Amino acid sequence: MTTAARGVYVHIPFCIVRCGYCDFNAYAGMDELADPYVDALLKEIDDRADGGVVTTVFFGGGTPTQLPPEQLGRIVQRIRERFEVTSGVEITVEANPETLEPGVASGLLENGFNRISIGVQSTSAKVLQQLERVHSSDRAIRALECAVAAGFERVNADLIYGTPGETMQEWRASLARVLATGVTHVSAYALTVEEGTPLSLKVARGDLPAPDEDDLADKYDLLVETLRDAGLERYEVSNFAREGHECMHNIGYWKGADYFGFGAGAHSHRAGRRSWNVRLPRTYIDRSPSVEDGFETLEPEQRRGEAAVLALRLAQGIRRKDFSQMWGSDPVELWPGPIAGGADGGILHVDDDTVRCTDKGFLLMDGVARELV
Amino acid sequence: MERMLTRSFSLIAHVDHGKSTLADRILQLCNAVPEREMREQYLDRMDLERERGITIKAQAIRMEYPASDGKIYELNLIDTPGHVDFSYEVSRSLAACDGVVLLVDAAQGVEAQTLANLYLAIEAGLEVIPVLNKIDLPAAEPDRVGNELATLIGSPAESILRVSGKTGAGVKELLDSIVTRIPPPSGDPEAATKALIFDSTYDNYRGVVTFVRVVEGKLRAKSKVKMMATATFAEIEEVGVFAPNMRPVEMLVAGDVGYVIPGVKNVRQATVGDTITDAAKPAAEPLAGYREPKPMVWAGLYPTDGDQYPDLREALEKLQLNDAALVYEPETSQALGFGFRCGFLGLLHMDIVRERLEREFDLELLVTTPSVAYEIVRTAGDILSVHNPAEMPDPGSIAEIREPVAAVMVIAPREYVGTLMELCQERRAELKEMHYLSEERVELRYHIPLAEMIVDFFDQLKSRTRGYGSLDYEPVGYRAGDLVKVEILLHSNPVDAFSAIVHKDQAFNYGRRMTEKLRELIPRQQFDVAVQAAIGSRIIARETIKARRKDVLAKCYGGDVSRKRKLLEKQKAGKKRMKQVGAVEVPQEAFMAALRLGDGK
Repeated sequence: MTTAARGVYVHIPFCIVRCGYCDFNAYAGMDELADPYVDALLKEIDDRADGGVVTTVFFGGGTPTQLPPEQLGRIVQRIRERFEVTSGVEITVEANPETLEPGVASGLLENGFNRISIGVQSTSAKVLQQLERVHSSDRAIRALECAVAAGFERVNADLIYGTPGETMQEWRASLARVLATGVTHVSAYALTVEEGTPLSLKVARGDLPAPDEDDLADKYDLLVETLRDAGLERYEVSNFAREGHECMHNIGYWKGADYFGFGAGAHSHRAGRRSWNVRLPRTYIDRSPSVEDGFETLEPEQRRGEAAVLALRLAQGIRRKDFSQMWGSDPVELWPGPIAGGADGGILHVDDDTVRCTDKGFLLMDGVARELV
Repeated sequence: MERMLTRSFSLIAHVDHGKSTLADRILQLCNAVPEREMREQYLDRMDLERERGITIKAQAIRMEYPASDGKIYELNLIDTPGHVDFSYEVSRSLAACDGVVLLVDAAQGVEAQTLANLYLAIEAGLEVIPVLNKIDLPAAEPDRVGNELATLIGSPAESILRVSGKTGAGVKELLDSIVTRIPPPSGDPEAATKALIFDSTYDNYRGVVTFVRVVEGKLRAKSKVKMMATATFAEIEEVGVFAPNMRPVEMLVAGDVGYVIPGVKNVRQATVGDTITDAAKPAAEPLAGYREPKPMVWAGLYPTDGDQYPDLREALEKLQLNDAALVYEPETSQALGFGFRCGFLGLLHMDIVRERLEREFDLELLVTTPSVAYEIVRTAGDILSVHNPAEMPDPGSIAEIREPVAAVMVIAPREYVGTLMELCQERRAELKEMHYLSEERVELRYHIPLAEMIVDFFDQLKSRTRGYGSLDYEPVGYRAGDLVKVEILLHSNPVDAFSAIVHKDQAFNYGRRMTEKLRELIPRQQFDVAVQAAIGSRIIARETIKARRKDVLAKCYGGDVSRKRKLLEKQKAGKKRMKQVGAVEVPQEAFMAALRLGDGK
């Protein structure tokens, strides 16, 4: 565990359309707020930055690339001015296929980004339509190719599986087409029906079947196997990468690192204090720079439980020695019942150095996680 | 008032045949209620007010009627309970009368309760005045319905009175007919006191209030009395009449109808049908016809929120003060937690109790599939009464199972006879009698196992006859049946709440239905779980709940971390509320949903 890891997250809440499954803090048709929003962001950075070390930066959304690369560049620049950004810093930007023209990709590189994450979701027209995504499957593949061609060494493709109606063949084809572009990182998520989304309404009304547990499990198994064959190892439940191409920013979350979150609805974490900003972009602008909406202070026991649960999501699992040093007790002594139960149930692998999920366990770990919180 | 000028009577009718509206007109003709206080359905409104604790519902109203013969008569209008579970209580109300008005809706015609009440009146030897009501309705067919009624009671159609409770037409003629045709009360005021309790209610302010007909002797405040059936002694606090509000009087004498506040703690000490006598000078014999209230239908009542158990117990205690027929005992179900097994007179009684518990006591309840009390004859020769399938002894020790049977009367237009017969056949009913009341309407009489009736027989009857069929029933004893106990096993452990005693031919069906339902409702576990239905050790149906394959949140980044922790904490708390059946964890809601679905056949 690198104790020095410290991240910055920047939230850009704008989108072309709002997708039916999405429960992120994202808004379509608010582009006229872009300029004042960036101003407010810069102000928040000025206001909160402490000049300390930053090892990773991540622009998420919404769709960060709704803003021109130069606008995003201004923000990167401001972070560099207000923090001590390390030389090996990872700076990621999320992009949607429909916004990623070749000029945009090189523009992003020129403005300081060195990693890009593209929301492909699927290469099946049927699935994309079901998800209410505006791009075509060819467009999605072209976006990946375009990012690679522009010179991004680290390209991630975001995928969603288990959309109602998606066949196993379609899923297999999505994986194959994405891998053929030469991406070095894949994040693949089981479709989750989030409360309050149009998708959840459709499911509640019976217009769409809820995602099927067996189907999701089968597709996950195929995912793990296909990516492993292509040289992308699972390093977290839903994340796969060629060695050295893991997303350091996200690893920071799972290892309990500190991070600043700037922008509407962004969360920050500092030594057990977790805070979040006001959600609505308009309010965020109006209240700038006093944008914190609330916070929670975690009890040591909560932090310990969270640390274990998050570490179990990683392939390396809980490193017992590190954990003991950090929290004062060995996890196996702290939770003897759940860990032994998990081991007996084939969910956990336990040895002298680590407690980690087995292949089967990656799909079933919440049964154990529930006992640790 | 001179005894010769007293008339005590009931209006008997099928539900909705216009009893309350006719009562309004009678109250008005007798000037019983000041004009400004008069409202529609006056007596029923008093009932609503009673629920709010303001007034005790009058079960008998005293009125003065200036008849056409120039004399002023004292009329006692005695109410009868309006539903089919209470035929015994109807019979006691009738026993307090000297005659009845048989009211039939001129559009609807004779219905099952019309007949059932008529037979009770005839059995009691009462004068019956047949009346067609609602003659103002465009759909009224007074000639046709009049003929039907005339045939039924064997008197000429012309003699049947025609009234409209709504317009008041014919009501004066009806009252004149009551004073001429119904006899005055008999009974010796000087004889040893005998007063019939025909209703008994509990009031928060006054305690138990009984409604009585004094048959012999007299009752007055401060006198010491004895309730003969329960051998309860008490000192009367107050006697009086409802006119229509409570009005104390000095005494009630033979022939009077009124109320007595006997100063007892609960209605069980002064039950319907009992005889009040003088403690110092008791009557030799009580009045005939007393029956102890006997529950026929049993069901488990469980609070959906286990924390409400003490509230439920308190509510049942309070209800029992007012309901001598309600019995309950604590019961623990491994699937449903703590609750009570309650006995009711019938299904409607059960619905009333459940509704009152939910409405008046603000409880949310789960009612298990109702069951009846079975008689188990054991190979050892003794007989057990079992009203909870879970308590059924080992099948090997059972020589015979006897089930209660009801005599059912169904009246319906003849085009529905086919579908009704089908329904009765499905329910193992035995046709006893069938005859035409008129060219259009048929009366069917069946003996049917009570267990087959208590689930949704009435709903089925109504839906198959588009609402035109009507029903009355009464228990007529036990008969041996080809019955078995089906157990539902979860991972080899029996789940008590789903045990059922069913006919052998229906066992497979029941087993398949319940196992399928539970398979759908119980969430997947870490391992495969077998859901089986069994008779003894023989498995008759089996389903498998496949082991979970995915139990992990896909996404967990910065802002998700708190959310995920809270979700896990919530799930963990939910897990604590799970019911543990062996190694299987089942959310209580799943059991409840299965029981609800289990209601229908």
